[in-house]
Amino acid sequence: MPRDFPIDVDQNEGGVVVVRPLGEVDLASSPQLRAKLGELIAGNPTRLILDLSQVSYMDSSGVATLVEAMQQCRRNSATLALAALQTRVRSVFEIARLDTVFDIQDDLESALKG
Amino acid sequence: MSPPPHAVIRLQILSRPELLAPVRSMVLSLSERFGFDEVESGHLALAIDEALANVIRHGYGSSPDGRIWISFHLIDEPAPCFRIEIEDEGKQVDPESIAPRRLEDVRPGGLGVHIMREVTETCAFEPRKPSGMKVILEKSPGESHHDSRPESSRSSDEAGPGPDRSQ
Repeated sequence: MPRDFPIDVDQNEGGVVVVRPLGEVDLASSPQLRAKLGELIAGNPTRLILDLSQVSYMDSSGVATLVEAMQQCRRNSATLALAALQTRVRSVFEIARLDTVFDIQDDLESALKG
Repeated sequence: MSPPPHAVIRLQILSRPELLAPVRSMVLSLSERFGFDEVESGHLALAIDEALANVIRHGYGSSPDGRIWISFHLIDEPAPCFRIEIEDEGKQVDPESIAPRRLEDVRPGGLGVHIMREVTETCAFEPRKPSGMKVILEKSPGESHHDSRPESSRSSDEAGPGPDRSQ
């Protein structure tokens, strides 16, 4: 059985939610991330921030999960930002030409200001 | 495409997503020992991961008991190259019918083929006898950036259809 994929969540003032996945996002773990993001977006946050500082790997299923979350946020008039991407993870967004589609911030602090 | 030398490693795994991480770890370790830098090794692991995920999802329809074989070959001539062959017994499709989607359409899914082609020099697909498909990936040390050439300038193998059987 696949192990649980740890995901920390911080609910901040003003409806800002910070989501911090811990580990590698691949075909085994992305369904858990997708379910968690869907649950959080259903709570109508104003801004969803994915702190990816603890994500060492992401494949196309992880990227697809984040594209879906971005689209859900837009439908709810919420914003979504990605923060603190490790080099390997950022590279996947660049290869997929999505680095200009997402709001990508260097660190969590910048994303919280946005 | 000429037959490769004997595989230095040949693995058999079942079509279970939880096995992708250990395969990636092995690929990273192996490729770094054979002269790939950190970025190149990461790209090679990513390409193999995408190919395996594609077999699991589309070749075997997420059934966990399909067999997948991964063989690693070292090619010396004309230039040092790592060749990986991934074979399965899943759904067989005409490679000509498969192509990566347009990246301008921002939507979930369909990126695996594009990623595989971007980070390898060769990404080719062929039906396997008597069943399933074979994916062939080749990558050389010293190609640390993903290929930014337009698709029209690539070799026939590179520009060939990807293995995303959902397309």
